[in-house]
Amino acid sequence: MDSVLVPPRPRTISWQLATVVSTTIETPRARTLVLQVPGWAGHRPGQHLDVRLTSEDGYQTERSYSIASPPEASRIALTVERLDDGEVSPYLTDVLRVGDQLELRGPIGGYFVWHVALGGPVLLVAGGSGIVPLMAMLRHRAIVLETGDARMRHNVPARLLYSARSWDDVFYRNELTQLARDDETFEAAFTLTREHPAGWNGFRRRIDRMMLAEIAWPPAERPQIFVCGSTPLVESVAAELVELGHDPALVKTERFGPTGASA
Amino acid sequence: MDEDPGKRFEAAGEQSDPTRLDGNAAAGILSEIFVSDLTVARATCANCGTNRALGALMVYAHGMGTIMRCPNCDAAVLRVARTRAHLQLDLSGARLVVVPSAPAPFAT
Repeated sequence: MDSVLVPPRPRTISWQLATVVSTTIETPRARTLVLQVPGWAGHRPGQHLDVRLTSEDGYQTERSYSIASPPEASRIALTVERLDDGEVSPYLTDVLRVGDQLELRGPIGGYFVWHVALGGPVLLVAGGSGIVPLMAMLRHRAIVLETGDARMRHNVPARLLYSARSWDDVFYRNELTQLARDDETFEAAFTLTREHPAGWNGFRRRIDRMMLAEIAWPPAERPQIFVCGSTPLVESVAAELVELGHDPALVKTERFGPTGASA
Repeated sequence: MDEDPGKRFEAAGEQSDPTRLDGNAAAGILSEIFVSDLTVARATCANCGTNRALGALMVYAHGMGTIMRCPNCDAAVLRVARTRAHLQLDLSGARLVVVPSAPAPFAT
């Protein structure tokens, strides 16, 4: 019989059990869950996974959460913000303990993805918990550049514009400020829309066209742009970027919507 | 060719519908039907001919299922309805769906 070369069948994504191995408080409303997921196939920065909760009477509900950890990490990190009227997030931020199990499937979604091989420059715009998938990109970038040569670093310069209500609401703030200090090809700009610490010299307003023009590379440099946050923030930022002359094909968006889908 | 590349982001600020999500949000339910990641596939809208990655379509997700709409003309391109026993897929709004045959290259 002739042998036939069959391409490998893509792995189907099925529900599996993960175990919580540690948790970290990020902000008063957000917690990072580090999960051990047996047989995790690996993800790309920007992808998400679905979490499914089942109540005692069999009622099931699902939510999507972006992955915060880079592909290089052996465990999966999710950072979840508590939505007070949420069905799922209060359980993840307040109830779940180390050693507990959680049903999930993923990684999911190859569209809102960036990795070093895709090149730069790369502009990341986050609103609130929208930083999570962008953090996976930044962590991946930092790990790859640590081992790469200097030329590589200059091929993928990155800038982050991160809007939060207050400095206390900024996720990963020590890690982000440290990254910006240590890497001359990464810049982080913050805008705080409600409260500012004493001596705050960053932005103090919602992201607008002038702010984007100040932070973004000129459209002629064709930055790859990733915008993640609430639906109104994402749509306003994306529309302003297109008005500024950025190619819509280079502007990728991830809207979280009202239920905290994707974060 | 994209008919109106700016259209996708036209609805900004006050007119924004908070239930509107990106095509990426449909990746989970689509993975129950397709073995390939359909968010990186391209669909041609049967109504206006706009050709986009499914990840760039507008998604409205509800308990009963998911509707993916064309960012140019708002027509429903793809619908998945979930019933107790079935997932029901309606692709009549897509003239063509082109799925990449190999995963996107990625080296860690």
